[in-house]
Amino acid sequence: MYPVDRIRALGAAGLHFIERVGDAGLVLFGAIFKKPNLRKSLPLLIQQIYVVGFLSLPIIIVAGSFIGMVLALQGYNILDKFAASEELGPLVALSVARELGPVVTGLLFAGRAGSSLTAEIGLMKATDQLSSMELMAVDPLQRVIAPRFWAGFYSLPLLTIIFSMFAIFGAYGVGVSWIGLDEGSFWSNMQASVDFRIDIVNGVIKSIVFGFFTTWIAVYQGYACVPTSEGISRATTRTVVFSSLVILGLDFVLTAMMMGGW
Amino acid sequence: MKNRGIVELSVGIFLLIGILGLVFLAFQVSGLTKKSMSEGYVLTANFDNVGGLKVRAPVQIAGVVVGRVTDIKLNPKTYQAVATMLIYDNYSIPNDSNASILTQGLLGSNYLGIAPGYSQVNYKAGEAIARTSSALILEQLIGQFLFNIKK
Repeated sequence: MYPVDRIRALGAAGLHFIERVGDAGLVLFGAIFKKPNLRKSLPLLIQQIYVVGFLSLPIIIVAGSFIGMVLALQGYNILDKFAASEELGPLVALSVARELGPVVTGLLFAGRAGSSLTAEIGLMKATDQLSSMELMAVDPLQRVIAPRFWAGFYSLPLLTIIFSMFAIFGAYGVGVSWIGLDEGSFWSNMQASVDFRIDIVNGVIKSIVFGFFTTWIAVYQGYACVPTSEGISRATTRTVVFSSLVILGLDFVLTAMMMGGW
Repeated sequence: MKNRGIVELSVGIFLLIGILGLVFLAFQVSGLTKKSMSEGYVLTANFDNVGGLKVRAPVQIAGVVVGRVTDIKLNPKTYQAVATMLIYDNYSIPNDSNASILTQGLLGSNYLGIAPGYSQVNYKAGEAIARTSSALILEQLIGQFLFNIKK
């Protein structure tokens, strides 16, 4: 292989990537920017919120509680060395509201809901359900993609808030009920150091961005997968990998923007 | 799509838990409303140096929070810092009290401590606390200490 060929292969890979991004953009555009028929699409949306959001609740609640409990234990061991164990509340609340809540929920969501969205849409494509919809003059972007996209977009911020709440409950259980810190100083120190706009709203903004991108990736990977069993399995893997990478990368960018006084 | 009712009920529960979570985070975790609008009266105090005192810092008597610092400004004529504080209605401050800026622990944040006096007359709303002592600036102390050693 000549060096020229390698450069050419690189160019081809770049073009392919840009094509895919453009294609994904078209799918999203077709799903979002068309006038929806509210009477028909609202039940579909509720059905999808049930599948994507409500059925994700158990894993989010369990993960949130345990992460809060572990953070409280680890944090207490370190803070106790500096005789600052009263600061456990702020430690847990800030780390959960700012970082762990949005990121861990996003990763769990990509694994739990994103992969199932991709597999479902991919299988619809493989069994020609999408093409038969087109034959019946039903736009699959409107009928299949749009409700799933919006469901993920709405569900992830809610799941993040629920995750944060249960993480703080978990930390409360370990810190106050088990270790025996003072309940009043746990809450009052937390309230003194956590700011609603800077900490909690910024965390929710992060989760909104993550929800947009993970669901977009999941929906597109399903819609554009190779309609074979192997293709579906690859698309599902790609959904989880890409979503996780996008979440971690965007988290850094968003944190940098928010810390920079944005 | 079997059983519409259960699906709609579950989504309703999901949304409700989410909204409850947001309310919890707003009020219990970040203390959005915490006595910021609570009733009280305003006193001011002039300091040569407020150190690290911040707005919303507590005002304490004998370790009990009796108010909040609401504003810190510079008086452009005297070049003194003017700290405005809101004292809760059920507390009264004798008019020979001493206001000083103290630190919680060795590394803690600053708060405004009031050592009550013995006067029978209390400060009224809007008055300035006459006796104040400034923040203890550790760097200045160390500087003076080193300067004295050299002599």
